[in-house]
Amino acid sequence: MTATPTLDRRGFLAISATAAGGLLLTRVVPASAASAMAEAADSIPIGVFIRIEPNDRVTIGARDPEIGQGVKTSLPMLIAEELDVAWSQVSVTQLPLGLEKDSGPMGLRWKYGPQGAGGSTSVPESWDDLRQAGADARRLLVRAAAARWKTDPDRLSTKAGQVIHPDGRKLRYGELAAAAAKLTPESKPAPLKSPDQFTIIGTPTRVIDAREIVTGRAQYGIDTYVPGALTAVIARCPYFDGTIERYDDSKALKVPGVRQVLTMDGPALGAPLTANLAAGVAVLADDTWSALKGREALEIVWKQGPHAAESSADLDGQCERLLAGTQVTKRARDDGDLDAALKSAAKVVTATYRVPFVSHAPMEPQNCFADVRPGRVSIIAPTQQPGSASRVANAITGVDRLQIDVRMTRVGGGFGRRLSNDYVAEAVLLSKRSGKPIKLVWTREDDMAHDWYRPFGHHQLTAGVDASGTVTGWSHRLASASKYYRRSDVEPQDLWTSEIYPDDFPAALIPNLRYDWLAVESGMIRGSWRAPAHNANAFVVESFVDEVAHATGQNPLDLRLKLLGEARELKYGQHGGPIFDTGRLKNVLQIAADRIGWPRLVEPGHGIGLACHFTFGGYAAHAMEVSVDQAGELKILRCICAVDVGQPVNPLGLEAQMMSGTIDGISTALNLEITVKDGQVVEKNFPDYPLLQNAQAPDVEVHIVRSTKTPSGAGEIGLPTAAPALCNAIFAATGVRIRRLPIRTQLKEAGARG
Amino acid sequence: MSLEFQLNGKTVRTEVDPEMPLLWYLRDHAHLTGTKYGCGVGACGACTVHLDGAAARSCTLPLRAVAGHRITTIEGISQGDRLHPVQAAWIAEDVPQCGYCQVGQIMATIALLKQNPNPTDADIASLTNLCRCGTYPRIRKAIRRAAATGGTR
Repeated sequence: MTATPTLDRRGFLAISATAAGGLLLTRVVPASAASAMAEAADSIPIGVFIRIEPNDRVTIGARDPEIGQGVKTSLPMLIAEELDVAWSQVSVTQLPLGLEKDSGPMGLRWKYGPQGAGGSTSVPESWDDLRQAGADARRLLVRAAAARWKTDPDRLSTKAGQVIHPDGRKLRYGELAAAAAKLTPESKPAPLKSPDQFTIIGTPTRVIDAREIVTGRAQYGIDTYVPGALTAVIARCPYFDGTIERYDDSKALKVPGVRQVLTMDGPALGAPLTANLAAGVAVLADDTWSALKGREALEIVWKQGPHAAESSADLDGQCERLLAGTQVTKRARDDGDLDAALKSAAKVVTATYRVPFVSHAPMEPQNCFADVRPGRVSIIAPTQQPGSASRVANAITGVDRLQIDVRMTRVGGGFGRRLSNDYVAEAVLLSKRSGKPIKLVWTREDDMAHDWYRPFGHHQLTAGVDASGTVTGWSHRLASASKYYRRSDVEPQDLWTSEIYPDDFPAALIPNLRYDWLAVESGMIRGSWRAPAHNANAFVVESFVDEVAHATGQNPLDLRLKLLGEARELKYGQHGGPIFDTGRLKNVLQIAADRIGWPRLVEPGHGIGLACHFTFGGYAAHAMEVSVDQAGELKILRCICAVDVGQPVNPLGLEAQMMSGTIDGISTALNLEITVKDGQVVEKNFPDYPLLQNAQAPDVEVHIVRSTKTPSGAGEIGLPTAAPALCNAIFAATGVRIRRLPIRTQLKEAGARG
Repeated sequence: MSLEFQLNGKTVRTEVDPEMPLLWYLRDHAHLTGTKYGCGVGACGACTVHLDGAAARSCTLPLRAVAGHRITTIEGISQGDRLHPVQAAWIAEDVPQCGYCQVGQIMATIALLKQNPNPTDADIASLTNLCRCGTYPRIRKAIRRAAATGGTR
């Protein structure tokens, strides 16, 4: 690459503003970038989200990161609905991080509202304010028309991008935008539509970027090519909390194209993980291949650090010892008198389950472009948290956050991995130290070895059942390594809060109930993985309900319905609350059961399994029918998912998310595990971490509950019940109860045993 | 040492390291970024291109192995604004979620349909490109749609 100077801030903005909503470098596609800029030039901004061109083309800004959950389509739909335009008029552009000065204690506020992708919050957090933004802009256009016609705005209506006079005259938004933009917005919020007036919300709508994606023009982080930037790869210490003992870069520096080698420290031992995750040696080169070859030529001796003896076997042993003992780190809930209930029970059922570490493994490995200059920083990254990317860049460079430009590309999968900006920290650090714009690239091996893994744990469940089959006592004891590992914003006494949600099912439904957490020590870095806590706990709880039903001769559907009881609203104090509506959960469960024809006699070797769960404000149930042959070969014959997330914003996108969560849940339950040996991660790449392939992925029949309730998010709710429904179906087919994930060869082994 | 091959219908000559995988040549040197890096070991298929018309994983294909051959990337698939039937089917079935693997899925599908214009479910299941978002059900629908609408073009 030639040493072209980096683009100045204006150049940066210009190349970013393309119709594709991403970064198209003039070097790569000069014609389309130029025409997009020309288009933008005569467009009129109405508020911060909307631009209207004289030809009626409406561009809507998408504020949250698009990680595949569909918000670049669904959030602009909220604005377009209330703006009252035809969706076919709309183009969408990804907004950058928007921060502006504020007089409050933080000194900063969001320009576009909160920007992030986590906890299934994008749609519920946007439901009110983005519709309001659309309605307020619509009112300005109506007022502009009223002024033109010298009439009262209340007499006017709108439809599909036009203001309509009672006498039939019409003005297009494109004709009104310039006048509307000059009006002073009213302080009182404009009235919103009622659900029966919706023409866009609730309409199946295809992914807005589909054309760019299928032609290869969609811009992901890894597609950021800025003239003059060096490509960096880092050899990171494979041992958790290890350090560099010594290194020799003489051979690496002789590799053609390699420009510089830099070292970086890892986080201080025990300190919060706020920047990069590991000590490492970085190779800066002209292109990716040179950087990779340079890295291969490094000679590094690592100091192993304090966790060098850690292994999965030791972690299992730790969990077993903890669960065998009586010490409890945190009693998260203790209703009634559990001990008395178990003592007086007609039958006591108990089982222990094991849930492994898993990796996020998004298809696009981590990467980040960073250009640190005196007084300003430019970042282009696939991230779920642009605000924290800006914060980490500020911490490393000291540059004012208002001078840190963060651009979000399309993101090649998130699943929680990119809530953490450790890779942004690395790129910023390398740019600061080298004085060059840096494009940092992680290999798949880097990604698998340096993740924020879904916590590992053992769950011991106990239920007391009386002679009538009523569950009178329930205990869930979880020994796990908390997700809140070395988090700067979590106190040690709150580590349990990421592992057990005290109001989760069956809390408040069984009179004597206890949730205990037992802390496991581990040097593995842990974090949020799609439906955190729920992805493990729903598997365990919904498997165990099934076990209790079978152990006491009850129908698993009936037992679940009985436990949920009358349809009513229970208090839910954790994320996704404040209400858990047992009626909505019963409804999705019953839909799934009906669709699969429960109860139904099936042929030998076949089985049907059910599961239901409440996660982050949404309700889902799965019903699956499987067959397992003599050799232990598993087939998923039918897979049904029923979901209630309130008002569906984009039913086509919602269906996609349910398919996605279901297949992710099945993939993870069947095959995926990250193991530890000698204080490092064993699995290296997809051959060791076999994501589900096409041949094993079932079709998923998704049933969406019609509703006008305030919507919840959909990115996570499809996942938690897939694994327990699958394992319950396997039990029904074979009598083999899966208590350790992943399933892998367990059925073949059971088949071999007969 | 220079080597020569056909890239999207044009002859290219390059002096870069002949051991460089085609993937990194396409992305870093030819500025064709539609072809994606996913694993570097030929396991995921995000980097699928056509080598003399057949699907090939460009992350494990050194440049020296493509000398004298014909390479097509996603950028060489659609003609101007006219999409290939497989691309059109992908949009019609609303396949992409994050979208990162989809170019590779499309390239693998085009090669499959060229060889086998009426694939059975088992033929479709033989595609091993990975999708972390789990778009497989819609991928299968899109392949069937493309096959029914002349996806062999």
